[in-house]
Amino acid sequence: MSRKIMTTLVATALLATACSQGSATKAPTGEGGKTTLRYFTFSAAPDHVKDLDAITAAFEKANPTIDVVVETAPYDQYFTKLQTSIAGGTAPDTFELNYENFVTYAGGGSLLDLGTVAGDGDSSAYAAESLNSFKHDGKQYALPASFSTVVLFYNKDLFEKAGIEPPTADWTWADEQAAAEKLTDKKAKVYGDYQPVQFFEFYKTLKQTGGEFLAADGKKSAFNSPAGVKAATWLVSKVGKTMPTEAEIGGTADYDTNLFKSGKLAMWHNGIWQFAGLKDVPFEWDVVVEPGDSAKASAVFHNAVAASATTKNGKAAYAWAKFLSSSDVAANTRIASSWELPPVSDQQLLAGYLKDPKPANRQAVFDSLKSIALPPVIKRQQEMQDAVTKELTEAAAGRKSVDEALKSAAAKVDALLG
Amino acid sequence: MTSPQTTTAPKTAVRAAPAKPVSPRRGGKWRYAGTVAVFLLPSAIPLMLYTIIPMLGSLWTSLHEWDLITDMHWVGLGNYAELLSDPQTLTAFGNTLYFIAGYLPLVYAGGLGLALLLNRAMRGRSLLRGIYFLPVITSWVVVALMWKWLLNPASGLVNWALGLVGISGPGWWTDPDWAMPSVILASAWKDLGFVMVILLAGLQAIPKEYQEAALVDGASAWQRFRRITLPLLSPSTFFVVVISLINGFQVFDQVRIMAGGNAQVVVTQIYDLTFRYGRAGMASALSWLLFAFVLIVTAVQIRAQRRWVTYG
Repeated sequence: MSRKIMTTLVATALLATACSQGSATKAPTGEGGKTTLRYFTFSAAPDHVKDLDAITAAFEKANPTIDVVVETAPYDQYFTKLQTSIAGGTAPDTFELNYENFVTYAGGGSLLDLGTVAGDGDSSAYAAESLNSFKHDGKQYALPASFSTVVLFYNKDLFEKAGIEPPTADWTWADEQAAAEKLTDKKAKVYGDYQPVQFFEFYKTLKQTGGEFLAADGKKSAFNSPAGVKAATWLVSKVGKTMPTEAEIGGTADYDTNLFKSGKLAMWHNGIWQFAGLKDVPFEWDVVVEPGDSAKASAVFHNAVAASATTKNGKAAYAWAKFLSSSDVAANTRIASSWELPPVSDQQLLAGYLKDPKPANRQAVFDSLKSIALPPVIKRQQEMQDAVTKELTEAAAGRKSVDEALKSAAAKVDALLG
Repeated sequence: MTSPQTTTAPKTAVRAAPAKPVSPRRGGKWRYAGTVAVFLLPSAIPLMLYTIIPMLGSLWTSLHEWDLITDMHWVGLGNYAELLSDPQTLTAFGNTLYFIAGYLPLVYAGGLGLALLLNRAMRGRSLLRGIYFLPVITSWVVVALMWKWLLNPASGLVNWALGLVGISGPGWWTDPDWAMPSVILASAWKDLGFVMVILLAGLQAIPKEYQEAALVDGASAWQRFRRITLPLLSPSTFFVVVISLINGFQVFDQVRIMAGGNAQVVVTQIYDLTFRYGRAGMASALSWLLFAFVLIVTAVQIRAQRRWVTYG
C-alpha cells in the first residue's frame, strides 16, 4: 500500500501482463509439429471443467495436430484478465465473449474476422439469429457457443406447506407478490422471493411492464418513464419485505444460492446454469417462465467463442471455435450436463435436454425463449451497468426515492451515450 | 511503509556522486565514479525499470485514450480537462481527504497513547510492543477480511456486542454512509503499531534531564507532557504525519476489499477506470493529478515544519 501510486498502477499492469505471460509459458510448447492453442473461458469453472475437458479431448482426437490448453477465470475477474493480456500482447488464441461485451471487442479490432479463416465453412448447424448476434459490420467475429435464460425457480415443499398453488406460466407480478408475502416467515428466516436489484433484472422487468431502456435511435435513455418507475418499484419493494436486505446479506458470496439450497427461499429468479448445482438438494423444486406484468420477457445470456486478431493459428482457432460451438459432441455434452444450451439449429439435439427429469418443467426453458429481452448494449457498457445498479441499490436501501434514483441513473446513462 | 525511501534514495545517490573523490590517484575521478555506479546499480536498475520508466509511460498514456484492447488514440490534455470537470473526480478526492481526516488523528492519538504507555517500565513491555506491531506486518487482505467479518452488520461481533447493550448497530461497510468510517477504523487499528514504534523511538531520544529538571521546578505531569515531551517529539511526529498522509492519499486495498463500491477514493477510481471501464488514459491522468496533489501537500508540509518542528 505504500508504494508510489502511479507506479502501483503501471506496475499492476506489468504484473498482470507478467502473470498472463506466466500462464502462457506454462502451456506445453508444441512437440513434433503440434500446434498449441490457448482457450480462455469464464463459463467452465467450477461446475463444468470436466465437461469442457471431454469436449477438448474429443477435439484433439479429431485434430491430432492441435493441442488445446484451457485457462479459466471467474466471471468477475475474466474481463480484467482478458484486457490486460490483450494489452500486454499475450492474448489467448481463442476466448469466450458474452453478448454484452462482444461489441466492444469486435469494434476495437482485437478479434479475428473468422470469415478469413473459415474456408467454405458451413454455418447451417447454427440457429440463424444466434449466429447473427455475433456479426459486426457484416463480419462474423465470433461463433455462438451457448445460451441460457433466466427462469423462476421455486421450492415445491415450501409452497405445499403453506398451502399455496405453485406458480404457473400465467402468473403475473401480482400473483408472485401475493405468494411471496404469504411464504415469507421472518422468524424462521424463510424468504418468499429473491430477485437481485441490479441492471440485468431492471432492463428485463422494464420490458415485462412494456417499457424500453433506450430510445429507438439508441442515443438517449428511455427508462425514466412510468414503466421504468413501475419496474424499479417492483424490484425495490421486495427488499426487506419478501427478500433479505443488503445488510442482512452482509456481502456473503452466493448468499441466494445457499439460501435456496438450504430450503429457506420459496422463489428465486436465476439462470438455468444453476440446474446442475441443484441436483442433490433435499427438497422438491421446479421452474416456470418468469411472471410478467403487461408482457412476458425473459433474459437471455449469450456466449460465444472468438479468436484473437493476433493469433498465429487462425485456422486451428477457427476449427476449435467451430467444434466447441456446433459439434455434436459439444452440444451433447452441454445438454447432458445441463451446462447452458447449445445454439444449434437441430431440434432433435435440443429435445434431449427435456429428457433429464430434474427439473420436471424443463419445457419452461424453451418457452422462455418465445419472448426474450436482450440487454441494451452501448460502447461504455460496464459504466452503464454500474450506474444503474448503484442507483437502484440506493433506492432499495431507502436512501433515495425510486423517482430520484431513476432520474439520476438516466442522467448518468445519457452522459455515457453523449 | 517505505515510500519516502524510494523517492529520496536517488536524491542522496545523486548528491553522493559529485562528492570529493577519496582516491588521489590519476584517473581517480573516473574510477571513483565507476565504483559508485557499481554500488548504485542494484537499486538504480529496478528503480529505473519499475518506477521511473512506468511513471513516464503513464504520463504518455495520460495524453491518450486507451481501452487496453485497441491502439492508443492521442487526445492531448483532453483526459485532464474531462477529469477536472467530472464531479466524480471531486468525490474521489473528497473521500480521500475524508479518509485522511479520520485516519490521521485517530492513528496518531492512538499511537502516541500506546507509545507513552509502553515507554514506562512495566512487565511484558517487549511482548506488548510486539503484539501491537503484529497488524502492521500482516497483509491488508487478511486484515480487511477480518474487519469485514467483525463489522458484518448481520453476524459480526461488533454489532452483536452493541446489541447486548441495546444499540442497534449500523450497516457498516454495506451502508455508503458508514463504509468510510469502517475503513478508517480498520486502517487506524492496523497502523497503530507503526506509529507507536516511531514515537517510542522519539520518546526515548528525549534526554531524561529535561523531565527531571522540570519535575524539580514543580511542573505537573500535563505541563511536562505539553511543554517538553510534545515539542521534543515533533521530529517524530513530523515523520509520522508525512508518511501517514502519503499512505492516506494512496489508500486502496482496504477500501476496495471492505467497502467495495460503497466508497470510492482516488486510487480505487484509478483502478476502476483502467480495469473495469477500459479507460487507461483517463486513469493515468488521474494518477498524475494525484501525484501533483501529493507533491504540493508534501512541499507545504516541509515548509510548514520550520514553524512547529523542534530539533534537539
